[in-house]
Amino acid sequence: MATELLLEAHGLAKSYGPVVALRSADLLVQPGEVHALLGANGAGKSTLVRLLTGVISPDSGTVAVRGEQVRIGSPARAAAIGLSPVFQDPALVPDLTVAQNMRLTADDPERVHAELRALDLDLDFGELVRDVPLPLLRMIDLARALAREPELLLLDEITAALPSDLAERVFTVMTAVRERGGSVLFITHRLKEVIASCDQATILRDGGAVATIDPRERGEEAIVGYMLGPEAAAAAAIALEQEAGPERPAPPAEGASALEVRGLSVGLVREVSFALRPGEILGIAALEGQGQDELFAVLSGQRTPETGEIHVAGKPLRARHPYDAIRAGVVLVPADRLQALLPQRSVRENIASPRYNRPGRWGAINMRDEGRRVRGAIDSLQIDVRAGRQARRLSGGNQQKVTIGRWLASGFRTMLCFDPTRGIDVGTKRQIYALLRRLADEGGAIVFFSSELTEFPLVCDRVLTLYGGGITAELPGPAADEASLLRAMHGLVEETGEAA
Amino acid sequence: MSSTTVAGTATPPSTSRSVRILRRHGWTIGVFLLLIALVFYWRGQTTLKWGPFDVQSLAIDALPLCFAACGQAIVILSGGIDLSIGSMMALVNVVSARVMLHMSFRDAVLSSIVIVLGAALVGAAIGLTIVVTRVADIIVTLAMLFVLGGLALAVLEVPGGGAPTRYQNLVTLDTVLTHWLPSALVILFGAYTLMWLTVRRTRVGLALYAIGSNRNAAYLAGVNVPATRVLAYAYSGAFGALGGLALTAASGLGDPNAGGIYTLNSVAAVVLGGVSLLGGVGGLIGPICAAFVLTLVKTVLILRGVDQNYAQVIQGALIVLVVMIGGLVVRQKGKS
Repeated sequence: MATELLLEAHGLAKSYGPVVALRSADLLVQPGEVHALLGANGAGKSTLVRLLTGVISPDSGTVAVRGEQVRIGSPARAAAIGLSPVFQDPALVPDLTVAQNMRLTADDPERVHAELRALDLDLDFGELVRDVPLPLLRMIDLARALAREPELLLLDEITAALPSDLAERVFTVMTAVRERGGSVLFITHRLKEVIASCDQATILRDGGAVATIDPRERGEEAIVGYMLGPEAAAAAAIALEQEAGPERPAPPAEGASALEVRGLSVGLVREVSFALRPGEILGIAALEGQGQDELFAVLSGQRTPETGEIHVAGKPLRARHPYDAIRAGVVLVPADRLQALLPQRSVRENIASPRYNRPGRWGAINMRDEGRRVRGAIDSLQIDVRAGRQARRLSGGNQQKVTIGRWLASGFRTMLCFDPTRGIDVGTKRQIYALLRRLADEGGAIVFFSSELTEFPLVCDRVLTLYGGGITAELPGPAADEASLLRAMHGLVEETGEAA
Repeated sequence: MSSTTVAGTATPPSTSRSVRILRRHGWTIGVFLLLIALVFYWRGQTTLKWGPFDVQSLAIDALPLCFAACGQAIVILSGGIDLSIGSMMALVNVVSARVMLHMSFRDAVLSSIVIVLGAALVGAAIGLTIVVTRVADIIVTLAMLFVLGGLALAVLEVPGGGAPTRYQNLVTLDTVLTHWLPSALVILFGAYTLMWLTVRRTRVGLALYAIGSNRNAAYLAGVNVPATRVLAYAYSGAFGALGGLALTAASGLGDPNAGGIYTLNSVAAVVLGGVSLLGGVGGLIGPICAAFVLTLVKTVLILRGVDQNYAQVIQGALIVLVVMIGGLVVRQKGKS
């Protein structure tokens, strides 16, 4: 191939405290190629892009552009040495007009406008960015990056929130950049796009680059294989074997649904319907930004659906506020525990807090009853309360137990768990799996989203995959191994799953 | 030029230029109209003939608050808040009154320039403290409110000092071209033009708005966020100094306690002037008009013989009322 590498990154590493975001990543980009950067959620893609564009600084490792060592340091510097990024979040300031935004970054509004028109789009640059729809902002960001005539264009999941006709234009742009000798680093979750338009693909797993391959030659299955890794593939095989074993009693088939969703549409979510029975754990698997956030927001009463109905135990629920959902027995355990907890208050107050806001309980608190219920929750969850004076001092796992414990003490019908084991150690994770199962056995219904695919067969009775706001597959829990899930989550047609 | 409409990405309807100006500067225009209405109401209260003296006295009264509002507005636009601006005015007031007591006019003007530049440096130091220590703006500037206030008392314990008569006349007596245009107003708009308009349309000016609007997006776009924050506080220091000098010229005295009211009054003027407390939205003309409104309200209430204590109640209620009505209008606009 070419004699000189355009971009050469070696051993890039970044940790946030004890959390390793990127262990040691290598990336080699040739001049004049479209290079895909792939990996499961949390594999380190975004961290790598942020390092290459100077948003964050690496703990160790080197970056060379055209053979010369560089220290990037800031987004402005990255642009100066020919690395132009289009981030997931538009780098456009909402209260300035589009033209002012261009002047802010020392770009010529006329040239950016010309690039935008070349994309067959037009917009009055006197508009405030605040008033411009998000997909168009992405395209303006792209036009600005193109106007700088970068040597390397970095596109971080640009197609994730674009309608298909705009996504097509992005592919045209990538080809054009390659034709004039530039390179593109293309981050995406959509494997089809990679096969269709990329020359090389580097796959990250667990914070390191595991392979660089020619995607057209090797195909989607090879990519999924690298994303999974040998251990996970083996584990998936074991899980499949266990499927036959009569491990788990089937949940009761008849009776009213604990939660039923009919034709629900909100934001990205389009016409989603499903039902779950008391005693059932339903998994929702999806790549980032496929509508799961909206779905959970609606179910927990934070957003109102555009169309569709939610029924709880046979009764319609039209929640205008989380309070309505909670009163109907639908409760949320969010991924960000500090969003749910009162971090400066004690474990006891945290667990008791959902009980405070019922009308009729605005008088004095029955301390004895509260103490009894809280102790019951603490005991049954095995919460370590040595640091219990302030919830923020607890470990992540114990904090998560407290957020679950709140609903144990006050009672619930359906629990929505959004990535409940994020950033929790393995031992506590197991405890949480067991706890969820116990709650289900006691008659609770649980909706479970996780960014860790290995959890689904361990936890769930049934798994739905969400892609682009719609349900693409339904898998029985034990059959929901990573490979099947990944395929369905990428919107690939599932050949065998439906038969089960 | 017609815009292509993409499936699912309706481009916003292009609005005519005049409509857009009205929409974006609606608040400033509204405050300006409120000011005009107040002026007419004020004149309606007396039978005396309306003359240049009235304009002059209004300008004298409003000038210190106008400067304070400008400084505060720039900091709030950039996403911060400066609680120390009143003490900065007090400190500059007493320092200038001591320094200028026996000075010639020329030296007094020269030392004014030095004082403004010095105050800008102090402001920059405050900004630097905020950026480096990562302590919240409100805490650092609250601390500086006490520090600068204490220094002002150390410089001059009781009201005293003075300034050359000609220097005082700049604010209290002189007019430019016609008797109807007091030089105080010329100085105000001169400072506004020189210090703000010149940067408003540059990258630096845009960066001030950008970091107040969305700090993360500004950073991703390559804005030097810390330097811009420091600059905002430097501005606040400089405008605070101009406010302090205006106090000296208007009263001919240095008073260590004179600045106290200006911290919160400047925030009131900024809010009334249509600047979002969240940053990123607004300008300086709105707060300047609002400073005149607040000054005039006080004048009118005194003229009507309203008890001083009730005057404060009415002033406070007016701020809430205007901001509330403004908020309702904005929300209505958002719905349509």
